[in-house]
Amino acid sequence: MSKLLLLGDEAIAQAAIDAGMSGMYAYPGTPSTEIMEYIQHSKLAKEYKIHSDWSTNEKTAMETALGMSYAGKRSMVAMKHVGLNVAADAFVNSSITGVNGGIIVVVADDPSMHSSQNEQDSRFYGKFSLMPIMEPKNQQEAYDMVYEGFEMSEKLNVPILLRITTRLAHSRAGVERKEVQKHNKLILPKNPTQFVLLPSIAKVQYKELLDNQAEFIRLSEESKYNTYTDGTDKKLGVIACGISINYLNENYPEGVPFPVLKISQYPIPKKLVEKIMAECDEVLVLEDGYPFVEEQIKGVLENEPIKGRLDGSLPRDGELNPNIVKRAITGEQFEITIPEIVEGRPPALCKGCGHIDAYQALNMALNKYGKGRVFSDIGCYTLGALEPYNAINTCVDMGASITMAKGAADAGLVPSVAVIGDSTFTHSGMTGLLDAVIENTPIVVLISDNYTTGMTGGQDSHALGRIEKICEGLGVLPEHIRVFNPIAKNMDKMVAILEEELAYDGISVVIPRRQCVQTMRNKELVAKVKELKLNDFE
Amino acid sequence: MKTDIIIAGVGGQGIVSIAATIGMAALHENLNLKQSEIHGMSQRGGDVSSNMRISSNEIASDLIPYGQADLILSIEPMESLRYLPYLSKTGWLVTNSAPFININNYPELDDVVAKIKSLPHNVIINADAIAADIGSRRSSNIVMLGAASHFIDMNFDSLKEGLRQIFGRKGDAVVDANIKALEAGRKYVADNYKL
Repeated sequence: MSKLLLLGDEAIAQAAIDAGMSGMYAYPGTPSTEIMEYIQHSKLAKEYKIHSDWSTNEKTAMETALGMSYAGKRSMVAMKHVGLNVAADAFVNSSITGVNGGIIVVVADDPSMHSSQNEQDSRFYGKFSLMPIMEPKNQQEAYDMVYEGFEMSEKLNVPILLRITTRLAHSRAGVERKEVQKHNKLILPKNPTQFVLLPSIAKVQYKELLDNQAEFIRLSEESKYNTYTDGTDKKLGVIACGISINYLNENYPEGVPFPVLKISQYPIPKKLVEKIMAECDEVLVLEDGYPFVEEQIKGVLENEPIKGRLDGSLPRDGELNPNIVKRAITGEQFEITIPEIVEGRPPALCKGCGHIDAYQALNMALNKYGKGRVFSDIGCYTLGALEPYNAINTCVDMGASITMAKGAADAGLVPSVAVIGDSTFTHSGMTGLLDAVIENTPIVVLISDNYTTGMTGGQDSHALGRIEKICEGLGVLPEHIRVFNPIAKNMDKMVAILEEELAYDGISVVIPRRQCVQTMRNKELVAKVKELKLNDFE
Repeated sequence: MKTDIIIAGVGGQGIVSIAATIGMAALHENLNLKQSEIHGMSQRGGDVSSNMRISSNEIASDLIPYGQADLILSIEPMESLRYLPYLSKTGWLVTNSAPFININNYPELDDVVAKIKSLPHNVIINADAIAADIGSRRSSNIVMLGAASHFIDMNFDSLKEGLRQIFGRKGDAVVDANIKALEAGRKYVADNYKL
């Protein structure tokens, strides 16, 4: 078959299509977004009627995939690392239900926090859930692991966690495809109570999962992705996980002189680790993310001569690169001198963005109350924390705006304001709003509606045309749901509306509504906005 | 052969099109390639860069080590300097001279240009003006690719083929405009620099 030039994300998507996956479930999140987008644009996926609509959040995605697995078909879920926190309840329990159709959960970690609020390492979730974890070294391995992963999942009766990082997700290379496999038939689980996690059943299945661990370790030890390469210089051995093997090889084009254990499948291949520890005086562990392998080998007693992120041989945080790896092995320092004249160029809200006008109005309306009352959320509007807006005071996780505003109001900070985007609102904001409605907490929830999931590149928003109905349905009084068009000429009106609602002793929702400037060329969305008459308000 | 390139600019300046064109050209010549880029938050008017590695041998790392890039290809003058730690002693810095000013503390342009011209191997041209001259204002990124093509170890025709593949869907007029921009950038450097 022909070679394709694919991002790591795209290689994963193509492999899933080729492996007979019937449903893909995801919520957008950098650096995982392109997996779903590739499937949405694939002719073959359309031909095979592969499900490829976005989910409301990562938890609904994970659960829907589990439902598809129950019905016997292969499904995949993709998310960014913090999305796994949202999906965790379903994810952790899915290793106890096991699968009927194979499931692969792709989680894209973001070491160095290129576009995230932390650099948590998803391998811990895999270990926590007692699941096999795959960590490809390149685009081709990512393809192969997904292509073979569904069958592996079905055979072992457990979902497979595929852990990648930003660097692989967003790097292109040639990828060789394999034959397209047939989809599974619709077939119910042989054991009708397999997916019923009543304690009596869960206890039995959890024991089975525990019993299977030895087999998972044996498979890791025999995996073609975990390789032991001998070397002549045994003063040092190197354990290289996932893509870090490339940084090692980059420094030794003629071949690495030390024994090298490459790990791309977990649980940790115990025998291979024992071998390299026995052969070498010291072992350096290279891994992107947390010292997951390093810590396990080193243990609390620190009996093993292990070097890595914990002893300072490598930085404790951030991505690895060829120079950092070289320094850890040879001690060779490197200097990064950027000319002083170069200034930072942080990301900014786009010219003409509706969030800008909404923040201007909010700042003016809040003037008399003083600073420090605005709780915000995850999205483009988080950039409102920066100059010249200085409009928000928090950003923690998806949905935390409304709930934190409520908590602050409970503590006496009245009025408190939440700022959340339309897509984030349906992702995780609705439940928090219900809490505030139940107690009629005096907060203003500003839902900045731009008809899209903007930050990740303009994906569908499940909130489109539904926000007022959702808020009313949850119990917000219709007279305290206020909508306006955030443009400069409306400024006085916007400020007046906000002032009224800030003065109201109860819950109100204010919706500045204007299409994201980045999606203006999306004809489908423009037509839908027209059809739903979303722009028809004063 | 081996060419390691840092492509630099500001989000929205067309870095991805340059990278995709070189990528297609490399496939056309049956070369190995790895190309790493940053998406997401950094796209919103922030600095963006791509690591592009082409080689006849297998390529290990997606990231270019410091001091090893053969070429910095930049669509924006100040951004070209941000990646200097990557440039090898024999490498070339090829940049557009037209600034993209979306920050209050943008340095004096003369100082930026002076710094670029102090480097041993530099090419600094006004790609925006060249693109405007040929009636294709939006193609200044491809003008820069043409300018840098002297330092990319591939056939010039392969880059044209790359443009055909990348812009083919948008019709012949777009393809032709981009090929014209590519040629204009290449010619300008050939006429004005001793290579």
